[in-house]
Amino acid sequence: MQDPKVEYRPLTPEEEARRRKRSVAIALALGAMVLLFFVLTIAKLGPQVLSRPL
Amino acid sequence: MPMTSLTNAIPAQPAPLAPAVGGDVPDYFALLKPRVMVLVIFTALVGMVVSHGHVSPVIAAISLLMIAVGAGASGCLNMWWDADIDAVMTRTAKRPIPDGRIRPEEALAFGLVLSVGSVLILGLAANWLAAGLLAFTIVFYAVIYSMWLKRATAQNIVIGGAAGALPPVIGQAVVSGSVGIESLVLFAIIFIWTPPHFWALALVKAGEYAKAGIPMMPNVAGPASTRRQIVYYTLLLAPLGLAPVALGFGGLIYAVVGVLGGIGMLAFSIQVLRNREGEAEKRAAMGMFAFSILYLFLLFAALLAEQGLGLYRPLVA
Repeated sequence: MQDPKVEYRPLTPEEEARRRKRSVAIALALGAMVLLFFVLTIAKLGPQVLSRPL
Repeated sequence: MPMTSLTNAIPAQPAPLAPAVGGDVPDYFALLKPRVMVLVIFTALVGMVVSHGHVSPVIAAISLLMIAVGAGASGCLNMWWDADIDAVMTRTAKRPIPDGRIRPEEALAFGLVLSVGSVLILGLAANWLAAGLLAFTIVFYAVIYSMWLKRATAQNIVIGGAAGALPPVIGQAVVSGSVGIESLVLFAIIFIWTPPHFWALALVKAGEYAKAGIPMMPNVAGPASTRRQIVYYTLLLAPLGLAPVALGFGGLIYAVVGVLGGIGMLAFSIQVLRNREGEAEKRAAMGMFAFSILYLFLLFAALLAEQGLGLYRPLVA
């Protein structure tokens, strides 16, 4: 939410590009973390973890 | 105000130090001190290969990554805390926070998230002893060294050197679940290596440190005393560097590197002691600084080659 008392200015194209790159980097980091937890689970518990009865 | 402005607008008066939109991706990476991270990965890996025990390559790789991220996080917290003195020194003035590319609070949040994340993941991947040691390393570097010792005592890098010496101990904890004599010896080598290494640089950068108000040894005890202490520490380091041979986990290659490297370190330290003025003083100090990096690298590389690549040959058959 924007503060109505503060005066805002639009982002410059350079600032928008920088924010986009940062968003992509965060998405990649989150994806890498998901992959890391998957690999870690398989490495710690073995591939049979996927076919165990609930 | 139009809807698009909710996501594409920032306060017209940004913070004085940094733009409100945040830094570029490489700026965040620079906060992690990547060169230190490489050194940490290297020494932790050597701590792993000299250990008795077995760990899967996947767990070892994830653990190394987390040790590196934890070290990077402590570097990030250090940069957050030291932004004021970094701005004063030319060597550090272009870092992301003093240069205004990243706001201090962003760096603090980044460092804290990475610290907690790396410790938790290392605990889950390897064991909680390794995770506890990593947490201790981060707290020691960010709080004990950065926030307290660095600005309080000329012994700052002597005591603070413990943080930089811990990665091999964490590496051994990952593999064996315990701390053994091998990693403690590697800890001691890095710990005793740190003062002559940093004081050689501090002799050259004394003016910069004085400007920033940091009580480095040359500023407090004077250059002459610092030079003598560099020699004393090197006299300790040269034989200590051969301890892995005496304990049996350093073989023939390590012994050769340790002896030649130790002689080289002593020769450079004597050069530092003898050259006290002008360009010769600077050259001797920077020579010592550069050679000390090579010395430590070669010691650890020799252990890695012997224990990791199977090149170990006992000194005495």
